[in-house]
Amino acid sequence: MPRIYTPKVVTANALIEGDVIYLTANDSWTRDLSSAEILTDEAHAQLRLLEADSRQAEAVGAYLADVKPGKTGPEPTHFREDFRRTGPSNYFHGKQAQR
Amino acid sequence: MYRYSDFDAAFVASRNSQFRQQVERRIDGSLTEDEFRPLRLMNGLYLQLHAYMLRVAIPYGTLSSAQMRQLAYVAQKWDRGYGHFTTRQNMQFNWPKLSDVPDILDALAKVQLHAIQTSGNTIRNVTADHFAGASADEIADPRPVAELIRQWSTDHPEFQFLPRKFKIAITGSPNDRAVTKAHDIGLRMVEQDGEPGFEVIVGGGLGRTPMIGKVVREFLPRADLLPYLEAIVSVWNLLGRRDNKFKSRIKITVHEHGIDDIRARVEERFETLKPAFNGIDQTILAGIEAQFAPPEFRVAPTDAYDTAYANDPVFRSWADTNLAAHRAEGYAIVQVSLKKQGETPGDASAEQMRLLADLAERYGHDELRISHEQNVILPHVHKSDLPAIHAELKAQRLATANIGLISDIIACPGMDYCTLATARSIPIAQEIATRFDELKLEHDIGALKIKISGCINACGHHHVGHIGILGLDRAGVENYQITLGGDHTETAALGDRTGRGFAADEVIPAIERLIHAYLDLRDDRSESFLDAYRRLGADPFKAALYPEKQESRANAA
Ligand code: HEM
Ligand code: SF4
Repeated sequence: MPRIYTPKVVTANALIEGDVIYLTANDSWTRDLSSAEILTDEAHAQLRLLEADSRQAEAVGAYLADVKPGKTGPEPTHFREDFRRTGPSNYFHGKQAQR
Repeated sequence: MYRYSDFDAAFVASRNSQFRQQVERRIDGSLTEDEFRPLRLMNGLYLQLHAYMLRVAIPYGTLSSAQMRQLAYVAQKWDRGYGHFTTRQNMQFNWPKLSDVPDILDALAKVQLHAIQTSGNTIRNVTADHFAGASADEIADPRPVAELIRQWSTDHPEFQFLPRKFKIAITGSPNDRAVTKAHDIGLRMVEQDGEPGFEVIVGGGLGRTPMIGKVVREFLPRADLLPYLEAIVSVWNLLGRRDNKFKSRIKITVHEHGIDDIRARVEERFETLKPAFNGIDQTILAGIEAQFAPPEFRVAPTDAYDTAYANDPVFRSWADTNLAAHRAEGYAIVQVSLKKQGETPGDASAEQMRLLADLAERYGHDELRISHEQNVILPHVHKSDLPAIHAELKAQRLATANIGLISDIIACPGMDYCTLATARSIPIAQEIATRFDELKLEHDIGALKIKISGCINACGHHHVGHIGILGLDRAGVENYQITLGGDHTETAALGDRTGRGFAADEVIPAIERLIHAYLDLRDDRSESFLDAYRRLGADPFKAALYPEKQESRANAA
């Protein structure tokens, strides 16, 4: 039986602003996790990561983050990714303030 | 105050223009991140969870009002209107854009501030006692020596690619406020037969493998300092474990080789190096010292202070808690708390920074200090000016009377900002401070140091907190481990781990049980938490932290 692959998204930080970005299915970057492309196939995910990595003038430190599918798109499974998509808890700064 | 020479100014300017070009090349795509990363780190620029972070050095924690104003300007113009003062006497800006950083660095250079060697495997910003030059208990102002070390270590060709980062702290007082025993090198001024010198401590550090530093030389004559430091760093530069990042700090080298072996190697190297220092360093030091001459202290009556102290209980509480003894008659050292209950430890808004700059200019001989405990100090204030200062501080929410108390917490940025974090630190600090403020117990509890880190790197000094809190990730949930009995002073000690960690919502109740146990157990108010812990040992405190264990033991009996 094939191993079950935890769904992923490609995420990175934007080169200029440094804020969190996600790769969408149409190859653009989004600042909103729920618009990110969910990757459920391991080989495809690796390929998407390589593609993201090659976009050096846009993104820094691309990696695959675990997600679970939710009602409005992917949702984080770990609190670190939850903070990344939200912003710090001590001030209303970062993503939460930009919505 | 000390002014950088033209040489320094030219050096900083050329570094800034190099970095401006590097940033341009990164943005136009001719540099990859792998190529750019070491370059940005050399200039104090990190990439954090939500944004870039720029770390600006505040050498030996000393700022002029013009420098403080410029930090406020940077915070307002390019950041989100605030900055974060750290345990390493730096300021961190949490939201700069990459394309703005060259302009920020140029703005900082106008007031002799920079970000050089605030990152990377170099000799970092030298930290010093924040009461330097002001304290009643000091042998001599350590800052001229710290400045000498800064000049020697900046761009030192042999020490740009060390096995790891290297941190030096210095104090001129027997009461160690600079945490010298938890640094790669700690220097304590001492005297022998009337001759000034240093006790040299080596191999202290916190992080993954915490160590209390060991004395490598009990008395080093003042004039031998630079060759001796160079000997230590060069011995470690050769021996240090470049094969393993976790074993690369000098504390591991000292641990693996033993202090006697290291001492022998250092002394041998020192004999070779000493003749090369032909006295030029001492000439330079004399020049630096002249610029650190104490201000002209005023002789004036302190009636205004005495009246306010007698009549205003809020002022009295602030004065009792936040002032320290000054060496000059009629003067005091003012500690301004950046720890108002519920606020982020170490953060200051641009308006607060401006007020502090104004107060320093008007009342404080134009000097400010940043303490490793993340507070701001006005080192030289005449007592008659204190009521006016207190009133102005109050208006900017800076008059919290809590220095050295339970809400005066050191906390690292943790997972609210830091990429390396395993849990958050700031909310824990905010909740502890708010809770004990509600209980109105803070002043009754007395001297207590709580220090919180968001991962084992220990930027929040948790190992040397009377109560240390370390945030971890336990199976995808934030979990907090408590240590007790740490001490950052001349009687330095590492805290003992108590047992299993606590979930985020269990931490504050656990600390409350601990504090109530202390209040019950202490002899009287004069016995601090740390003293009580030392007298009684860990057991009664563990029993308070883990009451369920006691119950199950009782049931078994
Ligand atoms: C946010 C970005 C930061 C990063 C990436 C960072 C990274 C690190 C790392 C990796 C270590 C362990 C080094 C080692 O043991 O070899 C460390 C230690 C330390 N850092 Fe940070 N840190 C950051 C922020 C801070 C802040 C905000 C403070 C002060 C509040 C600070 C003060 C210290 C201190 C005091 C130590 C421990 C002493 C030592 O062993 O050198 N750092 N840091
Ligand atoms: S202790 Fe860990 S979480 Fe805190 S600032 Fe240092 S590296 Fe980041």
